[in-house]
Amino acid sequence: MKPTEALTIAWEAILKNKIRSFLTMLGIIIGVAAVIIMVAISAGTEATIQEQITSLGSNLVFVQGAMMRGGPGQAPQGGLVYDDAAAIETGVDGITAVVVEQNSSETIKYGDVILENVEILGTTVGFPSVRDMEIADGRYFNDQEIERKSKVAVIGYSLAQELFGESNPVGQYVKVGNTKLAVIGVFKEKGLVGNTDFDSRIYLPISVVFQKFTPSMFARFMGDSVRMIYVEVDPDANLDNIITQIELLLVKRHDVTLDSADFSVTTQQDIISTQESTTSAFRSLLAWVAGVSLIVGGIGIMNIMLVSVTERTREIGIRQSVGATPNDIRLQFLTEALLLSIIGGLIGVLVGVGGAYIFGALSDMRTVISASSILLAFGSSAIVGAFFGYYPANQASKLDPIEALRYE
Amino acid sequence: MSTAHIIIKTVDITQVYGMGDISVAALRGINIQIQQGEFVAIMGPSGSGKSTLMHILGCLSQPTSGQYFLDGEDVSHLNKIQLATVRNQKIGFIFQAYNLLARTTALQNVSLPLLYNRVNPKTKEDGLEKARNMLELVGLETRANHQPHELSGGQQQRVAIARALVNDPVMVIADEPTGNLDTRSGTEIMNLLHQLNEQGTTIVMVTHDPKTAAHTQRTINLVDGLVDSITHNGRHSTQPVGEAQHETH
Ligand SMILES: Nc1ncnc2c1ncn2[C@@H]1O[C@H](COP(=O)(O)OP(=O)(O)O)[C@@H](O)[C@H]1O
Ligand SMILES: [Mg+2]
Repeated sequence: MKPTEALTIAWEAILKNKIRSFLTMLGIIIGVAAVIIMVAISAGTEATIQEQITSLGSNLVFVQGAMMRGGPGQAPQGGLVYDDAAAIETGVDGITAVVVEQNSSETIKYGDVILENVEILGTTVGFPSVRDMEIADGRYFNDQEIERKSKVAVIGYSLAQELFGESNPVGQYVKVGNTKLAVIGVFKEKGLVGNTDFDSRIYLPISVVFQKFTPSMFARFMGDSVRMIYVEVDPDANLDNIITQIELLLVKRHDVTLDSADFSVTTQQDIISTQESTTSAFRSLLAWVAGVSLIVGGIGIMNIMLVSVTERTREIGIRQSVGATPNDIRLQFLTEALLLSIIGGLIGVLVGVGGAYIFGALSDMRTVISASSILLAFGSSAIVGAFFGYYPANQASKLDPIEALRYE
Repeated sequence: MSTAHIIIKTVDITQVYGMGDISVAALRGINIQIQQGEFVAIMGPSGSGKSTLMHILGCLSQPTSGQYFLDGEDVSHLNKIQLATVRNQKIGFIFQAYNLLARTTALQNVSLPLLYNRVNPKTKEDGLEKARNMLELVGLETRANHQPHELSGGQQQRVAIARALVNDPVMVIADEPTGNLDTRSGTEIMNLLHQLNEQGTTIVMVTHDPKTAAHTQRTINLVDGLVDSITHNGRHSTQPVGEAQHETH
């Protein structure tokens, strides 16, 4: 029997039992669609994370204080102080900007609106540039205002809406804790980056935060504590070298060893790596789920093919009696299984692509459909068909002609 | 014996089913010869081994022991693939139950053996042409596109005969071809087989009906797995094989 004839026979057999053929394919359809949808979801998630990471700002080194506060009235043991930033700026080569931030939380009032536990972020002039934030309305504060501890504020996009609704916040006054601040600007929407909501905060000159919201009696001796120092690195500079310079400088200033340091220096690359390891874990989990569903689909094919071989025992006997060899019979049923899984695979690709598209449109999650996932899913469906189709086909080929003919 | 070409020659063929105490000897040493162009009937009581013999002669199974020469070739030790090829090339098998493929047209059923013909493969067009000719031969050219369930029993058996002839076999083997048919259809099938025989086809046929058997050239009577007697054209003669066989086994 020629392969083309085997294909014709298989095609006719599939058409003769449309419902059963469809049910056989269903497992493969679901498996292939699952692979495509799941890969699309994880690729979408990855793309979203990549974008967030890029929007952190470029070439940033994060220096974070690891504060170990003592009991009440005791001096904080270590952590970053405002002067560390100045020391880095003058003492480290290959950097383009240094930005400091310190945060706290306060109640904010505007007219009748009272919002509790709003994050207030004291920072310096370079902040919008290193964190990639743009002013929507008004302006950002300048160096003079920081030096003079001017009572001004720039507010995040969603906070502005909560406080002012439709009206223009610029020129209005808000009360933060007991301090009255003039709103001089509003940021454009930025959204969540990691766990930080940039839009729900109020941004103040860092000097005002030190004075009004994080006063410390030890500041006089030790300097004002800060939460984070952003160091923007010259794109041509060697990142590792700069990290080493920062670490050496701070170790010396804080009089600690690197092992017991009260600060940590991380780069965007570190953040990308952690994010990537979580997405790749997510990805492999999805791949497993999808792979298992393909195997289940294959077992479905095997199941129905076994039933089909039994049901068609007499047909097999008839074919054998007119000269079909065991190879002919095996080829016939293997072709049928393969054809079923390939058709199932094609339908699965359509369902998967459609499903991923609809899922992406209807949910918050983004989906990215890739050609490689389609090829992967389709290819594995064919392999699954051949693998699980072989056993029933082989069983069929081993039937004894007389017993097959006697089968009712 | 004439010097005509011998199509079938069996030497001490036995067939034993099962093993040990429960084994059944369906054939206990069959020696027969059938010449080209003969029409031979096989008769015998139920369970005497007629079908078992037909299956061996039709290369659907192998004897437990003994030799079977088909068209001069020893086929008793062929493997499954070789046996399938012999069935395809040299034998046309007609069953009591027609054994047509369901939901498949008469024409496709007739062409089925061509699908497995590796020795003299035909193009699709030539194959269909040949199958049409065979349908014409059995008088069913107008039913080429009918499926078995749209045909009467007699018509289905005629399709089966057309199928048996499509690869130009050296002989046709029929196991009770009229067993499922009414008298009229049965007579039609017998007339067709006689017509084919007159055109030169060698036929070996199992039948229960003595009148049907009487119209053939020879009747081989089986009893209990052995050739009991052979009747020539109504003239009864016991061949000298009988007792000798019993002693060699
Ligand atoms: N597959 C089988 N297994 C066991 N015994 C069998 C089998 N086929 C036939 N027989 C036995 O062999 C004997 C001959 O059977 P069979 O050739 O069908 O007889 P007939 O066709 O003359 O009625 C019977 O006793 C039958 O029971
Ligand atoms: Mg019988």
